[in-house]
Amino acid sequence: MLTKVLLTGFDTKARWLIGLILLVALLVPALSLMVPQGNPLHLDAYVVTLFGKYLTYAILALALDLVWGYCGILSLGHAAFFALGGYGMGMYLMRQIGARGVYANPVLPDFMVFLNYKDLPWFWTGFDLWWVAVLAVLAVPGLVAFGFGWLAFRSRVTGVYLSIITQALTYALLLAFFRNDLGMGGNNGLTDFKDILGFNVQAPETRAALFAATALLLAGSIFVVSVIVNSKLGKVMIAVRDAESRTRFLGWRPENVKLFAFVVSALIAGLAGALYVPQVGIINPGEFDPGNSIEAVIWVAVGGRGTLLGPIVGALLVNLGKTVFTGALPDYWLFALGGLFVVVTLFMPKGIVGLWAQLRRRRAKTPAPTVDRAPSLEPAE
Amino acid sequence: MLKRCLAVLMLLLFAAPALGQVPDIAPLVTALAKGDFAERDAAITALAQSGDARVPVILNALVAGALFVDSRTDTIVRAEKSGDAYTLTNPLDAAPLGDAQKSDLEKIKVNNALRGKIKTLIGQMTLLSPDRATRLSAAQSVLKTASLDMLDLLKSAHAAEADPEIKAVMALSLEVLTLKSDASLAEKTSAVDAIVARQSRAAQTILLTANETAADDVKPLIEAGIATLSRTLGVWDIGQNIWYGLSLGSVLLLAAIGLAITFGVMGVINMAHGEMVMLGAYTTFTVQTVLRTSLPGLADYSLLFALPLAFLFTAACGIIIERGIIRWLYGRPLETLLATWGLSLILQQAVRTVFGPTNRLVDNPSWMSGAFQLGELVITWNRLWIVIFALVVFLVLLIALNRTPLGLQMRAVTQNRRMASAMGIRTPFVDALTFGLGSGIAGLAGVALSQIDNVSPNLGQGYIIDSFMVVVFGGVGNLFGTLVGALSLGVANKFMEPYLGAVVAKIVILVLIILFIQRRPRGLFALKGRFVES
Amino acid sequence: MTEKHETMLYLDGVSVSFDGFRALNNLSIIVHPNEMLAIIGPNGAGKTTMMDIITGKTRADDGEVYFNGTIDLSKRSEAEIANLGIGRKFQKPTVFESQSVRDNLVLALKTSRSIFSALFYTETDADGARIDDILRTVRLTGRAEALAADLSHGQKQWLEIGMLLAQDPKLLLVDEPVAGMTDSETAETATLLRDIAKTRSVVVVEHDMSFVRALNTRVVCLAEGTVLAEGSLDQVSANPIVIERYLGR
Repeated sequence: MLTKVLLTGFDTKARWLIGLILLVALLVPALSLMVPQGNPLHLDAYVVTLFGKYLTYAILALALDLVWGYCGILSLGHAAFFALGGYGMGMYLMRQIGARGVYANPVLPDFMVFLNYKDLPWFWTGFDLWWVAVLAVLAVPGLVAFGFGWLAFRSRVTGVYLSIITQALTYALLLAFFRNDLGMGGNNGLTDFKDILGFNVQAPETRAALFAATALLLAGSIFVVSVIVNSKLGKVMIAVRDAESRTRFLGWRPENVKLFAFVVSALIAGLAGALYVPQVGIINPGEFDPGNSIEAVIWVAVGGRGTLLGPIVGALLVNLGKTVFTGALPDYWLFALGGLFVVVTLFMPKGIVGLWAQLRRRRAKTPAPTVDRAPSLEPAE
Repeated sequence: MLKRCLAVLMLLLFAAPALGQVPDIAPLVTALAKGDFAERDAAITALAQSGDARVPVILNALVAGALFVDSRTDTIVRAEKSGDAYTLTNPLDAAPLGDAQKSDLEKIKVNNALRGKIKTLIGQMTLLSPDRATRLSAAQSVLKTASLDMLDLLKSAHAAEADPEIKAVMALSLEVLTLKSDASLAEKTSAVDAIVARQSRAAQTILLTANETAADDVKPLIEAGIATLSRTLGVWDIGQNIWYGLSLGSVLLLAAIGLAITFGVMGVINMAHGEMVMLGAYTTFTVQTVLRTSLPGLADYSLLFALPLAFLFTAACGIIIERGIIRWLYGRPLETLLATWGLSLILQQAVRTVFGPTNRLVDNPSWMSGAFQLGELVITWNRLWIVIFALVVFLVLLIALNRTPLGLQMRAVTQNRRMASAMGIRTPFVDALTFGLGSGIAGLAGVALSQIDNVSPNLGQGYIIDSFMVVVFGGVGNLFGTLVGALSLGVANKFMEPYLGAVVAKIVILVLIILFIQRRPRGLFALKGRFVES
Repeated sequence: MTEKHETMLYLDGVSVSFDGFRALNNLSIIVHPNEMLAIIGPNGAGKTTMMDIITGKTRADDGEVYFNGTIDLSKRSEAEIANLGIGRKFQKPTVFESQSVRDNLVLALKTSRSIFSALFYTETDADGARIDDILRTVRLTGRAEALAADLSHGQKQWLEIGMLLAQDPKLLLVDEPVAGMTDSETAETATLLRDIAKTRSVVVVEHDMSFVRALNTRVVCLAEGTVLAEGSLDQVSANPIVIERYLGR
């Protein structure tokens, strides 16, 4: 039975996508490590890391798509789960520095020595162990999402109200992580990493491996999301998205469905954040900025929500655009990004992936079904 | 004046009974330079007992180390360093005496004991000065350093004093001295009561100081007095926190009230609302800059010009946004949210491009500067004006919504768009105006916030989440809910701040609102009924 | 009066008000097992509110609501009530427009409603046969793979009735099932509902008098949140108060 479910989920489209990503996972490290420098096919470690970062964003976008595109929950705080996962990894990387820090304290990270900590805070215990860090990377975002979602969905906070309180959640975390006495490095966050699993984080080999790991995580996330959305539960999610109260009268519990999607999504986002941190070399409270979460929403919107391909395409294109733009015309990037928000919501409600279908429908003169209708604030008639 | 001088004279005679007449002070000043510290002590005492009005100035110069012996003339001079040389003046009449080199001068030294004594003496002398400001500051310094040997002088000065403020300070000093003296327990009890009756923070400090040196039989009295005062001051503290809270609440109210219209009445999520506030603040900055260069006389009233301009400018922006973007997205609140967020990025960057990324300074006009004291409350004028302004804006808006034809049409469109349309109301027109009104009020908020916050392209972002919290907490579609929400969040925040610190207080508020929304998803003042979509 | 435990649906003295407006006023209604009850009444009589109360969408201020004789509905959630065996068809046809007709029925089909059994659900032959059966009953076999959004209004009504059947409820609440249907469709719907009522209890709210007549069953007329008259359609429509308040002179 299980295999049948997995096979249904692993449909042709997902199979192609995963195959392509696995190819990239092999090809990019190979081009970086095997092809000698100077060869036009050689990929610089910098480029590998840059694309590795984009792929973590793509995973975040996919996680967001699961809740927004398929379940109708517009989370404006999803970067919080990404950042929580990142902090979990950051704590592990800090402990790996050992006595090589500026203050050469074998146990305490530099910022703790600087802030006159005598002992390691209790919640840092065990973070020198790899498996503890991995557990935390999953457990912390998962538990936060579970606690928050359990309260929010059970009391039927929906639509924009939910969006606003998810934003408040990430804002509260932002303020909390800025504080020095939280024991998480305050304003500066966690940085100056040296080793991951005993390998130098700066080494091209490590970077190539991290890229490959990110690509594998992306492939795995696509598989998981694909299985979920193609199952009967996926149909229920879409039903909840389109007509929540109708679903309830069929005997489903939308709060549980949403909670499931929300927690799975937070777990994926947390893992993405954990792979983001060793590649960019820092995690600081700025990652909790509400603006980051909304930017992730626009990746999904640009690519096309409610599809597997859309969020990945959107995250890659927008971030590529951001890199190119901020290099060439730094003052105009926000104009471009802002304009993108407006244009996509007004003219491309289904994103790039949906554009083709949208145009074809228009040519056929049939109105598109209004599936993306969000619950209205106006009184029901 | 003459009478007062006479009184001073009489008092000094009384205070220094050994002297039969008022001496010429010049020899006394000369005596300062002679002998050791003990002799100098005697000279200072003699000088003070002379009661001459010039004495405090001379003694102050002595304490400040500005009195020297000019070795060329062997006279006492006052010297100020100017460049390499010293400028000399006569300590008695400030007449210029030319310049001198450092080598010509020998400083008249004082030690700490003398310094203390001189201060007391100056205090005594100035207590009787004809100049009101001198007497007041003298009375206040005596209050801090009161010693029993001044009791008699103080009593006389208190009796002679006509100014109520100075008299009160002197009376307080007398009460403090009574506690230190060997007066009867009954007298001390009434002194403590009199101090407690002042109900000020200063009185509490005085009692705390007095308690340290008080005799054992008086201590319980003083401690009881301190306890009474703490209770009273505790009430004032609460009052002060309420005021800070109301002040913060009124800022929240201003920022949220426009949102209450666009979000609450129209159901439109305008993430660019904060940028409307920011544009209002920049309008204020521009108006101020223009007025300062072209009509400097009116610069102090630039806010009065900025208010209508900011309203009109941001309202026009709002109408353009509504017609250009939002009307295509009605019924799709999540899309509206994203589009207006994009818009907010564009507006921020536009302002950054035009005005630069740094903070712009908007001055407080004179009538909004400074502070005043109300009992034990300290109230700054700009905060007070903002509280008043917020309430006025709220009331005007309330009247506009409930008493004008436009308000009636707005409410009609809110309640039943199709019906309103069928009744001949031009709903698109009403939508545009409603959105313009909400944005215009945000502009007004910007004018007010420019007085207390940094005017920067990020100004609006700091308020947007708080504003949404207020509207959602108060109950969407209910202006009174917004008022109560803003004020109660402001007060709650300020009450937590002393215990938790500003950041944690804010986090706690956010978490509490998140929990509150989950208990009451429709806010404090929710609409009920069949027509509310679950 | 009938004993509570012998009834399928038992409403006694139910009242509810919204902001001072009394939507239901001491309403008492009984539906027996395998019985069809037609409810008529003017707009605002409280018909939809009554359904909201039964299905848990709205809570009664006062009164008793019992299902199957013993189950108190007043404290249960919508999902619980639906799983107890009460199906509801809305006045405005509400189907899942972005999913296929068949998927709509799959969603409604009586299976475990838990998250993980939904995640790992695979369609059994029995389930498939049941869906095919329902598709035939509601005449949508040919459109099984079409998007629900692309159905005509009448077809959506039928799909919703099909979803009700898939839920396999003991009690069906059907709100204006024939609005927007042609005369022949209306007649077919009446036949279908009469068939259903042989094995289940059905409450039908309808304005269409010829349809109510075709149902040929007990009728209750509501007005201002309370029962105005009860009996056969002829008895009710002859009642002078009903004529005065509803049918018109």
